[in-house]
Amino acid sequence: MTIVREIDVIPFRNRLKEIAIKIGMSLVNQTKIITAASELARNMLKYANGGNVTIEVVSKGRENGVRLVFVDEGPGIKDISLAMKDGYSTGKSLGLGLPGTKRLVSEFQIESEVGKGTKVTVTKWKNG
Amino acid sequence: MKNQSIKVLQGKKKHVLETWMKFQLSDESLREDLMSNEELRIQSEELLDAFLTNLKDDTIDDPKSSAFEAVVDILSGISISRAKQGFTPRETGIYIFSLKDALLNILQQEIKDPQELYVQSLKINKLIDSFGVVTFETFIKGREEVILRQTDEISEISTPVIRVWDGILALPIIGTLDSSRTQVVMESLLQEIVETGSSIAILDISGVPAVDSLVAQHLIKTVSATRLMGAECIISGIRPEIAQTVVHLGIDLSQVITKSSLASALRAAFQMLQLTVVKKQRVQSITE
Amino acid sequence: MEKIPILRMGDLLLVTIQVDLYDRLAETLESDLVLMIKKTGAQGVLIDISAVSIIDSFMGRIIGNIATMSKIMDAETVVVGMQPAVAITLVELGLPLNGVLSALNVERGMELLKGKIALKGASFEDDEDGYPE
Ligand SMILES: Nc1ncnc2c1ncn2[C@@H]1O[C@H](COP(=O)(O)OP(=O)(O)OP(=O)(O)O)[C@@H](O)[C@H]1O
Ligand SMILES: [Mg+2]
Repeated sequence: MTIVREIDVIPFRNRLKEIAIKIGMSLVNQTKIITAASELARNMLKYANGGNVTIEVVSKGRENGVRLVFVDEGPGIKDISLAMKDGYSTGKSLGLGLPGTKRLVSEFQIESEVGKGTKVTVTKWKNG
Repeated sequence: MKNQSIKVLQGKKKHVLETWMKFQLSDESLREDLMSNEELRIQSEELLDAFLTNLKDDTIDDPKSSAFEAVVDILSGISISRAKQGFTPRETGIYIFSLKDALLNILQQEIKDPQELYVQSLKINKLIDSFGVVTFETFIKGREEVILRQTDEISEISTPVIRVWDGILALPIIGTLDSSRTQVVMESLLQEIVETGSSIAILDISGVPAVDSLVAQHLIKTVSATRLMGAECIISGIRPEIAQTVVHLGIDLSQVITKSSLASALRAAFQMLQLTVVKKQRVQSITE
Repeated sequence: MEKIPILRMGDLLLVTIQVDLYDRLAETLESDLVLMIKKTGAQGVLIDISAVSIIDSFMGRIIGNIATMSKIMDAETVVVGMQPAVAITLVELGLPLNGVLSALNVERGMELLKGKIALKGASFEDDEDGYPE
């Protein structure tokens, strides 16, 4: 799904919720992954003028989960470890988005190249 | 037919079954308490049937052949159910390996050429060994399922939310507070707060062996979540050694209401709800 | 444009959020509410979020802002009816909304606000708006 406007986030969240319910994810975990997705979508809008996100159902052994991949062609992040720190923000904000998202999901991966763009992959297991 | 053993074993099916049963029944670890001999016989016959029917020249060297699917299915079923019934790995192993003994025993009786006997025994040996591996894999899977179920049960039992007073909940935590446990605690506590409309929750940690900075973090998270819901959270059961480690580790619990015992936490809760507990006056003292 | 209604109940304002808040809507609410406090001289604001299933850092910040702004304008804010899953998520996200009062439901929220307002009245007894105890 492409996310270029603030309004695009709502159908994306709804779609994610449908899928999370379908695989039987608990309400708390649904809430966590949707909140995390919201943060990442907002970053994409705010810093990269939008981008693309894919939702995928994944499984590991007997555990199911959802994986989200956010890809944008924005300015990229110069210092990833700094961006991952609680309270670091170039947007005069709380700087909670990235580190908070990491706490909310089961697996978190970020790749970024200055001038090229950013790719964030998160996975939430049904019971994780 | 290239492999002599196939004809021999298929022809002697009844004999194989008898020998196998004899071996199984003579093993001292036989669990007649868990399964009757009759059941054992039916189970064994079914498996032997599936095995011999599908034993062919093109399958004898290939335990992964789809022809043996039925065998693997039956074996896995037996293995899983045995794991759940409480059979030991040894008892489950004896089942499949005594079949091997029986098969080799018959081959030995029937094949006269030593060279051929050796080749055929080796093939049967390999085949059954790989079924043995399947047996163990599924046995362990069966046990894992049992463990998983018990883990779920324990985490449910170990986080009871008790309604101690109208508007006051207590949650005694027993054992270590790790992050998955904290999730369970938070979920059941907050759910109960909503359901009972309670405004105070007491988290008693007398049963928590040690409080390090991670456990403290989990406690603080629980307190924060409770407050977000609009209820207050008191932590009770702070033993002296816990107070010491908390201070030595530099953990900040200043935002949290702490009490040494559940009783004093309850007293504090009464105060917050503006309740007083008074001793009933003796009937005597009134009439006097 | 869609708007979140603000209800006036005596000297309290009641906001019930029932739709998924996206950014512009939340920002509009923030400015509407501040204007409304000024206009009505309300002493307390009650935000009912029992129908809200997701609060991310942006929404959380708006709620925090509303509380702080009201405070400067001498009104207390109480957030009521947060769902357990939302509370757990906010804490994990790292946004415990310190400084925002909460209550279990609208009724409790009203009690809490009335208590606060009465207290304020009591400490300024000669304040003409004061509530005599
Ligand atoms: N997709 C992106 N492209 C470019 N830079 C990004 C992207 N996402 C995050 N950043 C950078 O990483 C910093 C930290 O992001 P984070 O989401 O943690 O905080 P924030 O967005 O500034 O604040 P908050 O999320 O709390 O409102 C941002 O300030 C921005 O500089
Ligand atoms: Mg952000």
